[in-house]
Amino acid sequence: MPLLHFVQSIDGYVTNEGIEVIAQKLELATAEVTAVSTFYTQYKSKPVGEYHVGICTNTLCAVMGGDAIFESIKEHLDIENDGVTADGKVSVEHIECNAACDYAPVVMANWEFYDNQTVESAKALVDGARAGNPPAPTRGPSRLVTYKEASAVLAGLDDGLAREGVQVGEPTLLGLKLSKEGKQ
Amino acid sequence: MMIKLLSQHVKRRGAAATALPSQLVMVQKRMFHPSQQMSQQFNVYIDGKPIKVDASYTIYQACTEAGVEIPRFCYHERLSVAGNCRMCLVEVEGSPKPIASCATNVRPDLKVITKSEKTRIARGGVMEFLLANHPLDCPICDQGGECDLQDISVVYGYTEGRMMEYKRAVEDKNIGPLIKTSMTRCIHCTRCVRFTEQIAGEFTLGQVGRGKTNEISTYIENMVTNELSGNVVDLCPVGALNNLPYSFTARPWELKSNYTVDVMDSLGSNIDVHTRGSDTMRILPRINDEVNEEWISDKSRHAFDGLRKQRLHIPLLRQPDGSFKELTLQEALSTAAEKLSSVKGDEIQGIIGQFNDVESILAFKDLLNRLNCENIDVRTNAPKYSADFRSQYLMNSRITGIDETDLLILVGCNPRNESPVLNARIRKAVGVNGLKVAVLGSAPNLPYNYTHLGNTPQTLKDLADGTHPFSAELAKAELPMILLSGTALERTDGQAILNLVYKLGETTNVINKKEKWNGINILHSEASRVGALDLGIVPKQSTKTKAKVVYLLGADNFRHEEIPEDAFVIYQGHTGDEGAYYADLIIPGASYLEKQALFVNTDGRPQQTRSAQAPPSPTTAWMRCALASLSWHPIWQSLTSLRAVALRNLR
Repeated sequence: MPLLHFVQSIDGYVTNEGIEVIAQKLELATAEVTAVSTFYTQYKSKPVGEYHVGICTNTLCAVMGGDAIFESIKEHLDIENDGVTADGKVSVEHIECNAACDYAPVVMANWEFYDNQTVESAKALVDGARAGNPPAPTRGPSRLVTYKEASAVLAGLDDGLAREGVQVGEPTLLGLKLSKEGKQ
Repeated sequence: MMIKLLSQHVKRRGAAATALPSQLVMVQKRMFHPSQQMSQQFNVYIDGKPIKVDASYTIYQACTEAGVEIPRFCYHERLSVAGNCRMCLVEVEGSPKPIASCATNVRPDLKVITKSEKTRIARGGVMEFLLANHPLDCPICDQGGECDLQDISVVYGYTEGRMMEYKRAVEDKNIGPLIKTSMTRCIHCTRCVRFTEQIAGEFTLGQVGRGKTNEISTYIENMVTNELSGNVVDLCPVGALNNLPYSFTARPWELKSNYTVDVMDSLGSNIDVHTRGSDTMRILPRINDEVNEEWISDKSRHAFDGLRKQRLHIPLLRQPDGSFKELTLQEALSTAAEKLSSVKGDEIQGIIGQFNDVESILAFKDLLNRLNCENIDVRTNAPKYSADFRSQYLMNSRITGIDETDLLILVGCNPRNESPVLNARIRKAVGVNGLKVAVLGSAPNLPYNYTHLGNTPQTLKDLADGTHPFSAELAKAELPMILLSGTALERTDGQAILNLVYKLGETTNVINKKEKWNGINILHSEASRVGALDLGIVPKQSTKTKAKVVYLLGADNFRHEEIPEDAFVIYQGHTGDEGAYYADLIIPGASYLEKQALFVNTDGRPQQTRSAQAPPSPTTAWMRCALASLSWHPIWQSLTSLRAVALRNLR
């Protein structure tokens, strides 16, 4: 699986050549590698933008404004779900939970969090991304890396950015705090 | 029950040389093969009835043992458990949710309820999901009438669907000339994926995507190339994978089932020939755990269409100008009799082809012997083994020996080509029993790992002398088995190879007297060989005199130099193949699907074929009677008496 990420870090998505190389290296059948790469949504079988934006439309985010963000971004960029802008800079995907419900509505770009988004802030994110200078993620590193760079990190090639910025925020720890207080 | 089955299994070893006529009729029953050593047995209660089962059983197996049928799509007795169709849900006392019986082990005093309202509703719910995307095209689907999904939805399905959404459509895949795909019908049971991986040993099929985009696919459209691929059609519980040559030709309720035996290789796979009227429409495997389990090769499945083409259906006599003149059967027999009696006995040569039954061979042998001809041969390149004892030419540890052996040495043998179903059994043993395989000879492409020992008879000599690096491993093996290809013995040094194999057998555990194990096995390539050897047909030293009359009994792959140019050639067979081109006189015959006859397979098991389709003309039905009247012997007047003599000769 790191190898599939590695293929993405070079080709931008999981290419057939990549699958063949992995199958050869690991002595697997191409059908088996394809089965894995098509099962997980982080592996893309078609090219994505340099900045891949995922908008959560699961229950909590949707209620908090995720649906509105998703619709407006699609309209703003004039693309459909899983579409890529003509310049190849930004692609949009609706996500089933970004695992950050405490910051809903959440948008992610190249797997970095943009918390408590609004329609305007999300538009600013995609516009910045198209212009080549996306705003920094709310948590984590101080700058947003490209999709290929992010894939390289997932493949195990540490870029040293992982420990930057806020790791665990106040809302995430709130439940723990309350439960500890309750115990006392 | 299991213990009883296993003890029979163990007793059978050593009884290889005796195959009783009572074995001609096999009961179709699958045996469960427990994945671990049977350790503990306890009671479980299926619908209130107690039954003692082994600890390794799943609830599904326990229910089957108790005679309770549970609907299922993904579960198959010979494949791994997937547990993804959820059709086999049962209620288990103490569990709030219904449980997938195929994927859950039994535990002591488990109380299973299979017929409650709760299970019915649970299964109905599963059925709704399965049908949510399944097209309603049963009237144009080849599986219609023999479809698990149809049958089970009659019991558990609801009359009306609640799905308002569009059904999804999936693009069909082109996976070769034998399998037709209608992927929209697929319910993702993954039986085909598991079959190609676990039985055939090829990783061509996979499950691609997830959720509603999930489909069965090859990586970029690819052909399924293994020689057992037709079996995925039988495994498919719906109409997603169909038999392509058979498609749109017949409906299952029009077909008549004929239980018979395959002759495409020497394994003698049990088959079910489906006919409509006098036409064979398709061939399916029959279950026989001791021969073919429940698989057949693609060759066995699809070879019958050759019987529709180029059939010999009238007796023909070649004229001086090379053309053929049609004869009546009486004229043809008189011509044959005249030619055969006009020459001396040692001027006649008989060659027996690969698809001949025991009765034909016996009548043929008797006819030629009466004419003082001893020059009868069933083999093309005359391997050097003798037919004095059955153990000299049989698969002595039997086909089931592969399940028991711990080391298999293939000598000059590529089981993948010579007997694909046997190869599947070897692969199963490699996976389940940890069987080690070593290959001596050219390195074939096999679907399991093997050690390649060497390429020359010298390697065999080293092994027999104990000087080969592999000898240490061989010495450790308790019940090693040698599978020697019959074709390896056709080499000029065939006799030396056979002697070396015998020597190897005596110096190692291959012949393990304590365990009554004879691990020397010959895998024949032709269905008629063992039957002929049983009748004592061994090649005599070639006669000094040149043959003037050559009688080919369905023989097509003889060596050209075996037939003198000026000889009168009689060809008796069913298809205008190589032999018919040499023939001066052609007497039409019946194929294996058109006669009731005995065949003996490579492990010495006599099996009877049954006539499934009619021969193309009435004349051909009289093939054996033709032989009978030629041999002027009263016992050949009836087939029954001929068969009785043949059976006595089978030893």
